[in-house]
Amino acid sequence: MTTAPSTVAATRTTGPAVEMTDLSVQFRSKRSRTVALTDITMRVEPGEFVSILGPSGCGKSTLLKIVAGLVRPTTGSASLMGQQVTRPQDKIGFIFQRAALLEWRGVRKNILLQAEMRGLDRKEAGRRADQLMEMTGLTGFENALPHELSGGMQQRVSLCRALLHQPPVLLMDEPFGALDALTRETLNTELNRIWRETGTTILLVTHSIAEAVFLGTRVEVMSARPGRIVRSLPVDLPAERVYADVMADERFDRLAAELRGMLGSGANH
Amino acid sequence: MSEQTVERGITSGAADAGAASAARAGAGGPTASTGAARRSGPTPGARLGRLADAAWRPTLVLLVIFAVWWFVADREYIANYLIPTPAQVWEKLTSEWDFLLENSLITLYETVLGFALAGAIGIASAVLITYSPTMERSIYPIVLFAQVIPKIAIAPLLAVLLGTGLAPKVVLAVLIAFFPVVVSGVTGLRSTDPELLDLSATMGAGPWKTFRKIRFPNALPHLMSGLKVAVTLAVTGAVVGEFVGASEGLGYVLLLASGNLDSALLFADLILMSIIGIVLFVLVEIAEALLIPWHASRRSGIPLTTS
Ligand SMILES: Nc1ncnc2c1ncn2[C@@H]1O[C@H](COP(=O)(O)OP(=O)(O)O)[C@@H](O)[C@H]1O
Ligand SMILES: [Mg+2]
Repeated sequence: MTTAPSTVAATRTTGPAVEMTDLSVQFRSKRSRTVALTDITMRVEPGEFVSILGPSGCGKSTLLKIVAGLVRPTTGSASLMGQQVTRPQDKIGFIFQRAALLEWRGVRKNILLQAEMRGLDRKEAGRRADQLMEMTGLTGFENALPHELSGGMQQRVSLCRALLHQPPVLLMDEPFGALDALTRETLNTELNRIWRETGTTILLVTHSIAEAVFLGTRVEVMSARPGRIVRSLPVDLPAERVYADVMADERFDRLAAELRGMLGSGANH
Repeated sequence: MSEQTVERGITSGAADAGAASAARAGAGGPTASTGAARRSGPTPGARLGRLADAAWRPTLVLLVIFAVWWFVADREYIANYLIPTPAQVWEKLTSEWDFLLENSLITLYETVLGFALAGAIGIASAVLITYSPTMERSIYPIVLFAQVIPKIAIAPLLAVLLGTGLAPKVVLAVLIAFFPVVVSGVTGLRSTDPELLDLSATMGAGPWKTFRKIRFPNALPHLMSGLKVAVTLAVTGAVVGEFVGASEGLGYVLLLASGNLDSALLFADLILMSIIGIVLFVLVEIAEALLIPWHASRRSGIPLTTS
């Protein structure tokens, strides 16, 4: 992880990693028109971990898809690593709510899909895949098919796949939403370590207040539809997050309480 | 979070860890693939048992039909020139074996050629229809039209247009067989999870790579069921083609037999047609099992872990 030479250069630009300016998105169909996002302006510096919290349907997934270039904003613009986003971006790793694995490929080959699609060096990618599997506890499951794995392990595979090419920016859309509490804690701790070790910029969408605070260096709170950012709270905790310590920290309690007040009963935990 | 959730979390977490360590312990060799070992499936004995379990009912039904046939024909409740006895059919099969084999091979050849073409044309059409709205609007109506015209009715026309050789039979087999391939291909290609397509885009993959690595493999289970239907239809197509202006093939022999009121030959001919259909169907099933083992294993699969 720390020694592997980067495949996509972990760019050290001076500008923001992600920037959104006066974004709005409308979905039009014959019958209706949905304003999914309005007035979104956000700046994410390299190395930041931004948690995005909001009620469901407020446009969180749409926001990530704009950064990835999968959805075009109706007005405003987004940029990634200093470049205007006009088409699907490959300088990212994207993790979906469902693991989105190829059911006909084993664990290792699912991870290596990333390398095949990008035409990366096979040997190098294979070594990295093995490292990542080791790190996420998937060693021994190289050839297991997705349907043979638990939800938590499937999401680990998805994480490995998103990290294989060492992207400068990681976009995560409620990645642990469907998992039980303990698996979720384990993966959160792993994600914190990965973030510290790689310096990857991470945008994480979640509906769990605890997860948002535990992982983020900043929490962005969104309102119900049409989604807009209503608050941005810095998380004043050390970079290394240890579950028991964070839960016992009064700063955590204060932040969580404040966020819960803002979101009402819409959020979990 | 409720206490129940926590409890479930603990047990399932433990199961998870247990499975992981068991797998590691099992993975003695450098890349000993526990997954593959686990998937190697039931033992031959168990497989045979399952086969027997699946086969005894249809076998019983067949035996009953066979017994009734034998009884009715032997006692001549129906005249033997209409329904021959099994012994007469067997007599015919053995005495006319060279003649029947030669004609079976001709029909088999037409069927296989027709099926292969139907597969290729069907898959190509499915790809065009899925990827291009213009193509969808231009090809789909033609496909549908080709499906609704009664193929038996155009057999004479084909004979006039293409002569009495191989061509009209193969064309008829293609016309009958390619519809299920197109439909299953389009269904399969369209069933790709949109998230997988998004994922592919964020990997910087072009349309060809996305097709090869995601869309096509994803469509294979659908496509294989279409091909299974197609192969049985191809037999019908070839035989119907031989009804018109042919001088060889099982369809031609069928006309010959009914013209001569040779019911034993007619039955022998029908049996051979069925055998061709069954053998080809089984071959496609085997191809399916080899091409998409993951699909079969998913159907009978038991998750390794529960959390
Ligand atoms: N492709 C689309 N076409 C039409 N409406 C969409 C589309 N994608 C999302 N929406 C709508 O936009 C709103 C925000 O969706 P989404 O970003 O998925 O919300 P969230 O992820 O916060 O739950 C929802 O009302 C949803 O129905
Ligand atoms: Mg969403």
